[in-house]
Amino acid sequence: MAPEGCALVTGASRGIGAAIARMLAGEGWPVGVNFRSDEEGASAVVSEIEAQGGQALSVQGDVADPEAVDSIFAELEQRFGPVLVLVNNAGVRADGLSMQLDDEEWEHVLATNLSGAFRTTRRALKGMMRARHGRVINIASVVGGVRGNAGQANYAASKAGLVGYTRTVAAEVARRGVTVNAVAPGLVQTELSEGIDQQRFIDAVPARRAGTPEEIAAAVRFLASDDAAYVTGITLTVDGGLTA
Amino acid sequence: MPAATQETVETTIVDAIAKLGPEAEDVTRDATFESLDIDSLDLVEVAQIVEEEFGVVLKGEDMEKLNTVGDAIDLVVARAS
Repeated sequence: MAPEGCALVTGASRGIGAAIARMLAGEGWPVGVNFRSDEEGASAVVSEIEAQGGQALSVQGDVADPEAVDSIFAELEQRFGPVLVLVNNAGVRADGLSMQLDDEEWEHVLATNLSGAFRTTRRALKGMMRARHGRVINIASVVGGVRGNAGQANYAASKAGLVGYTRTVAAEVARRGVTVNAVAPGLVQTELSEGIDQQRFIDAVPARRAGTPEEIAAAVRFLASDDAAYVTGITLTVDGGLTA
Repeated sequence: MPAATQETVETTIVDAIAKLGPEAEDVTRDATFESLDIDSLDLVEVAQIVEEEFGVVLKGEDMEKLNTVGDAIDLVVARAS
């Protein structure tokens, strides 16, 4: 395994983030389970990981808050050492037709999904550069990264931004053994996707079903592994053929 | 945090650069970053160490103006005072 350090998964109290945290812990990484408000959910993820013999720590902090990012890292580094795997998963939605989105709905989604990932990555790269090893994995979306979806202009802009950010940072740090990739899930059964007209999507998915959080986590596990050392700057789409 | 004198800054910067590849004896005040094969990403790492050691923040536009090891030392000492 990689040098001594840990993994941090933002927004890991439930859904895709929780599945990623569990899977990385299964690979032997001590995992920081970041949450904004769902302390109970994060604690449950930590307990599950510990019950499986892994190590985890729940860390509160809203990635949209610039001040919070440093404290998240400080807490984790003190316990487990440098963050060598960063999974930017924390994401929010505030849907509405673009003509009707107010500034707050626009800014909040960008602040969490895109600016949050920028700040955590900037912070994490310090330790990764020093260790000459690192994995940044940004959870994007087929919405924005690959296709459009009416009513999600803010979300799509944030996710498309994340894909461009991923490529660029990958080129900047590749010669230090640090890879930066994105995973673009299609329709996945989580709380975040609630309220979306699921059947309309499922009809469009060649696999004829929604994905599971574990299927997204498995892609992250690969990108975080030593096997993926030469994979950088890509967006790995995991969508049951939705964008095929 | 140690005082940023010519000596302390020189020691810190030379050590930091030597860890990035060049032989320590080649890292002199007059050596250019180009001759040492030190690129912009390397300089970001040096800047990070300087910031931790002396609290002096160097931005991208500062770094672009630096040609030699001596330039970097002088800039940090000037900024710190």
